[in-house]
Amino acid sequence: MKYSYYPGCTLHSTAIEYGWSTEAVCEALGIELVEIEDWNCCGASSAHSLDPHLALALPTRDLMRAQAVGADIVMPCAACYGRMAAADQKMRSDPAWRKEMEAAFQTEYIGAARPRTLVDVLGNDLPIEALAAKVKRPLTGLRTVSYYGCLLVRPPDLTNRWDDPEHPVVMDSILKALGAEPVQWAHAVECCGASLALDRADVVTVLSGRIVRGANDAEADCIVCACPLCQANLDSRQKGISPKVPVLYITELMGIALDLPGRNKWFAKHLVDPRPMLHRKGLE
Amino acid sequence: MTTGATASLSSAVRTSAAPTSGSALRVDPAFLPTVEAISHENIRLCYYCLKCTAGCPTAYAMDYGPAHVLKLVQLGQKDKVLRSKAIWLCVGCETCWTRCPNGIAAGHVMDALKQMALQEGYAPAERRVLVLHRQFLTSIRLFGRVHELSMLALYKLLSGDLFTDLDLGARMFLRGKIPILPERIKGTSKIRQLFSKQPRGQA
Repeated sequence: MKYSYYPGCTLHSTAIEYGWSTEAVCEALGIELVEIEDWNCCGASSAHSLDPHLALALPTRDLMRAQAVGADIVMPCAACYGRMAAADQKMRSDPAWRKEMEAAFQTEYIGAARPRTLVDVLGNDLPIEALAAKVKRPLTGLRTVSYYGCLLVRPPDLTNRWDDPEHPVVMDSILKALGAEPVQWAHAVECCGASLALDRADVVTVLSGRIVRGANDAEADCIVCACPLCQANLDSRQKGISPKVPVLYITELMGIALDLPGRNKWFAKHLVDPRPMLHRKGLE
Repeated sequence: MTTGATASLSSAVRTSAAPTSGSALRVDPAFLPTVEAISHENIRLCYYCLKCTAGCPTAYAMDYGPAHVLKLVQLGQKDKVLRSKAIWLCVGCETCWTRCPNGIAAGHVMDALKQMALQEGYAPAERRVLVLHRQFLTSIRLFGRVHELSMLALYKLLSGDLFTDLDLGARMFLRGKIPILPERIKGTSKIRQLFSKQPRGQA
């Protein structure tokens, strides 16, 4: 299985452990990731808030460059995914825009490659039995809550419904294959506060706090996520919440189950250190 | 909030029936079609079922919930809408679009309203939100990718919000999550061209 790979800015910085664990897990599962050469930022919330042209043109440059690889484009970040999917849909549905972009980048848009999010690839392209067969250290007794947040599964007009927008299940099926015990909770698709992380941290504290408390109500050992901004918000806004809840990327749990080397380096990046909990569970 | 909001709505309706009244709210008949053209959303389809507002994560912090913003647009209440906090507190989570029975993406309307507010010289009701968005885009313009350290430093200086979350920043930095040097792509000149075409948002 080969994919064009778009890490996005945060996988080189605030979510570097998501980058490391993604690359390690894909290699172990025989998923080849070919990084898009000289990729640029997708523009995220800021571009679509202030400038509709830029919000589509920035990810379109990446879509154009990904064509050299000739495979679906996989991106771990939910926000990057939302912008790439919006840009791809615009290219497919608006011939005048497409012509403008083809002239701007002097490249024809073939549209053979689709933007896909990493969880979609891991849960839907890879046969779940193939994943289960590779598990060396089952995550037995680990109670998890799957947290999708917003843009991983919304809006369905852009996600092509790779998972249900209101009741997603793909992360749970991956976690079950790893031997974990995913539990039901009410916050899987609630918003963490997203880009208000710094400028209205009070809002993020309320929204993320509700989600973390929800995980405690479900007696979960950890929250499992697949978005760098969700992880940062949930990990950093736990003041006054007891017990604190580790927020792990799904690829990090896959790394434990597949017994991949170098994991300690990933976990050392977290603000709420997951290692004491993992130690208790015999999963360090 | 709801009671006050309802009262102001009914006053807006009364005003549109009596536009000559001195203390009246101004009704701008061009507002609705203009917002529809910029957002590409059919706002007049909204029949105020409030599903968007019920699901909106930031509605509790807004002065008008998303459905109320749509109603104010329908009623030509340009000034109220462009001065509102609501348009700056929308985080684009797409819950409204996912649940709207008429397929309206209220978040896209919020974006269009932000852009109109800037173009028409309205001071943003949530200034720091705008400062952060601008610094984020500046980073892309300079490097092609976001460089958190310089972006955050500029945000702190320009927003005047110097001291909040410094401890958090330090913890992230010490964990090596905020690189000192930026990653600069080769194609920055092309990125700058994409910027120069922008019609809105740099007011």
